[in-house]
Amino acid sequence: MRSRVVLRRLLRNRQARSGCLALILLVALAYLGPYAGPYDWTDKDFLAFLSPPSADHWWGTTSIGQDMYAVTLRGMQKSIVIGVLVALISTGLAAMVGAFAGYFGGWVDRLLMWGVDLLLVLPSFLIIAIISPRLRGASWLWFVVLLAAFTWMITSRVVRSMTLSLREREYVLAAAYMGIPRWKIIFRHIVPNLASLLIIDATLNVSAAIIGEAALSFFGFGIQPPDVSLGTLIAEGSRNATGYPWLFAFPAGLLVVLVLSVNLIGDGLRDALDPGSTS
Amino acid sequence: MSILQVRDLTVTFPGGVQAVRGVSYEVSRGEVLGIVGESGSGKSVTSLAVMGLLPPGAVVSGSVTLHGRELIGVQEDELTRVRGKSISMIFQDPLSAFTPVYTIGAQIAEAVRVHQKTGKDKAAKRAVELLDLVGIPHPDARARAFPHEFSGGMRQRAMIAMAIANDPDLLICDEPTTALDVTIQAQVLEVLKTAQRETGAGIVMITHDLGVIAGMADRVLVMYAGRPVEQGPVDELYYRPRMPYTMGLLASIPRVDGAEGPLVPIEGNPPSPAALPPGCPFAPRCPMRIDVCDEEEPPLTAVGGGRHVACVRSREIEHKALTGADVYPLPVIPPSGAVRVPRERRATVLELTDLVRHYPLMKGAVFKRRVGTVHAVDGVSFDIAEGETLALVGESGCGKTTTLQQIMRLEPPQSGHVVVLGQDSARLGKAERKALRGDLQIVFQDPMAALDPRMPVGDVIAEPLRAHGRRNVAARVAELLELVGLSPEHAERYPQQFSGGQRQRIGIARALALEPRLLVLDEPVSALDVSIQAGIINLLEELKNTLGLSYLFVAHDLAVVRHLADRVAVMYLGRIAEIGAVENVYDRPAHPYTQALLSAIPLPDPERERARRRILLQGDPPSPADPPSGCRFRTRCPKFARLGEAERRRCVNEEPSVVRLANATGERPDHGAACHYAEEIEVIPASDDQEEK
Ligand code: SF4
Ligand code: SF4
Repeated sequence: MRSRVVLRRLLRNRQARSGCLALILLVALAYLGPYAGPYDWTDKDFLAFLSPPSADHWWGTTSIGQDMYAVTLRGMQKSIVIGVLVALISTGLAAMVGAFAGYFGGWVDRLLMWGVDLLLVLPSFLIIAIISPRLRGASWLWFVVLLAAFTWMITSRVVRSMTLSLREREYVLAAAYMGIPRWKIIFRHIVPNLASLLIIDATLNVSAAIIGEAALSFFGFGIQPPDVSLGTLIAEGSRNATGYPWLFAFPAGLLVVLVLSVNLIGDGLRDALDPGSTS
Repeated sequence: MSILQVRDLTVTFPGGVQAVRGVSYEVSRGEVLGIVGESGSGKSVTSLAVMGLLPPGAVVSGSVTLHGRELIGVQEDELTRVRGKSISMIFQDPLSAFTPVYTIGAQIAEAVRVHQKTGKDKAAKRAVELLDLVGIPHPDARARAFPHEFSGGMRQRAMIAMAIANDPDLLICDEPTTALDVTIQAQVLEVLKTAQRETGAGIVMITHDLGVIAGMADRVLVMYAGRPVEQGPVDELYYRPRMPYTMGLLASIPRVDGAEGPLVPIEGNPPSPAALPPGCPFAPRCPMRIDVCDEEEPPLTAVGGGRHVACVRSREIEHKALTGADVYPLPVIPPSGAVRVPRERRATVLELTDLVRHYPLMKGAVFKRRVGTVHAVDGVSFDIAEGETLALVGESGCGKTTTLQQIMRLEPPQSGHVVVLGQDSARLGKAERKALRGDLQIVFQDPMAALDPRMPVGDVIAEPLRAHGRRNVAARVAELLELVGLSPEHAERYPQQFSGGQRQRIGIARALALEPRLLVLDEPVSALDVSIQAGIINLLEELKNTLGLSYLFVAHDLAVVRHLADRVAVMYLGRIAEIGAVENVYDRPAHPYTQALLSAIPLPDPERERARRRILLQGDPPSPADPPSGCRFRTRCPKFARLGEAERRRCVNEEPSVVRLANATGERPDHGAACHYAEEIEVIPASDDQEEK
């Protein structure tokens, strides 16, 4: 019944609807858009270096004559997947580890929190740097896993402390007295009551992952040239943002729209899950 | 001459919500005005408005004059001078009134110095005097203590001391004893009376407890939906109410002094201040409603004898001498089939033998070490027969909640036995334990906290059914909702869309889902308003009789216990002080603690309340980490104080256990008390109808 009620509330929510629509349009643009453009992202037009947007090159060209339209959409394909996957994995992991540690307490708690603290003190950048070369050639999806593995710890600590207080609530006790297994109580009563926190965390993680990926690419890990992502394009374009604004404006604009649509979906989901809101 | 005059006070919160709609009253010197009302009736907002303590954004209109001086609309700094000097306020939660980092003495001295030109030493001395006045032992030492070192009752006394520091003309007490245990409440009310005698101040006493008002107030104002609906001298109002709401309120409270039969429930819920009905705000719940009631709101009109009533049919009520029981439809509760069989021949559903639960007391942040033991439950035995209700009563910290938890966990106790439906909890396998959980369910105190706020109530009720693999879940959910008086269409709503009483009904439906045989009720009505409480009590009684349930009922409200329970066990510091059939224990309590407890309960009956003599206990209960030797009650026992040297030695050295009283009579002769010198006395004056019998 809960899933049905939540779904109905979600569909009724204007924000969520427009967010979903925007995200669908963005995905369509990323995957179908390239077919509409005159150039492929690997093509180089040696007659137009750094030319501003025109009828031929809709979004201008880069310093080596790539068509910005084709390249940006190619980058967006990667970035959408990276952003959404990293957010889902890291928030999900944070919720699980935090809730289990907080609810079970005792040695489970100590072990999990010891792991969290270890990951927090280890310089994640260093580890990614060490592991990345080994993953060269492997699917870039590994990179998603790696990025997610280093973003969840702080949230899981927050989740744990919130679980500690939720654990004492009477409805959790009631469930235990009904004979419901403890892992089920976590999924049914603890995690849903952390929904607001988790959704905010996930939406923040989407943009953080896209930008974070760029930083790593810049240092030579993650998405490598000639392949591109929104992150790498923004990093590249920002250097010449004043002279050649189209190099920066289009990828950055798409990132903003992407993050906004994810935020809208997140807000809508939060309202749909929160029985207190009437919207 | 009146000190305070309130005329047509209205308070509007941002968004146009009128929380108070035209309140007028006056208080004279030495007079106590009681303001009663349920939550949301605007009774607290009224007094905050008088004090000028409302949050910015609230618009106050009307007039409040103190000694003829207008207080509404004056500058904040001028108000500050009045506040604490001429008017003081006593809140429900005294902890919030004190700053945690200063000593109690310093804060009272500060209050003195703000309004009077005195030296530091003198102010400090005055603080000690005040603490002495409110009955704090060793006041000079206690003045140097911090607020958290005080118990709840002591803090409330300290707050009274602070409130009367400047000889105010008016004391406003907002639910001053609601958070306290009954024996402490009796002490604090006594202190309030002393304070009033000392200062000659007028008191505005705001509470929902009709018993407290009956004993304290000279005049009473009943509020409903932001407006006074009836006002008058306390005796008149209690014995001859003229407004259906007041009549219902008075008839809906269970009483410690007997009176059997179902309680009068007031159907429905108070209206939300944002959506008031067009006519009389009580009309949707009023059994006497006629068409004119919906036309316009009846004004509060004087009817003579200092009384004011806002009801179009008040003359008729007066004329026919109607009471709550006459106008409200009384629910019919089918009799129970189980009680016809004598208790000895009924099956035992729960048996506790010498149950013990001790907690280690830890200290230290990094290296925890054990510094003692909390004797939360220290050898408790009782049993419950089929179809019976046993009430476990006692004040906070007596171990009643721990006892419940030990039963509900169905795990081997530290020592002793818990036998549920013939099965020893120490010898249960995993599958057996789960199966037994279906027979043993619980209803919690706080209906908000007990329901997952993120779950539609259909899921809440279905949860136990699904967990135990029942079929036809949806049909059963609908059936359960109907059983507790809700509509099956409500299944898709979330808990917060329901009122407190409805939520408690949902909690009961969930507990009944698996058709349990024993239901544990943990203070099921104490979080509810009086008019709602009666409905839940009636529901519980009805369910018990129709479904053949047994209840283990934990409560601190002895009036509710008298109404609902067959037997009662009084707990003190982890042990049972007295146990027996309700009639026996209430009418002839034998343990000095039970006697004090019963005598501390205020009766909603002004005449008898004034005539009563209370057995006041000294001090607070000792900590369960360090119970006294021998009889645990001896540090506060009024009887111990009267005993001779030789007799006292027995109390100090030998721990009494529950022994059956020699002259226990009646159908249920198992009345026992844990006192070496148990002696039955009567502490509740018999009510009129009992005297007639
Ligand atoms: S005015 Fe009418 S509805 Fe209101 S209390 Fe009186 S009889 Fe009831
Ligand atoms: S045993 Fe002694 S101290 Fe204890 S309750 Fe009886 S008289 Fe009081």
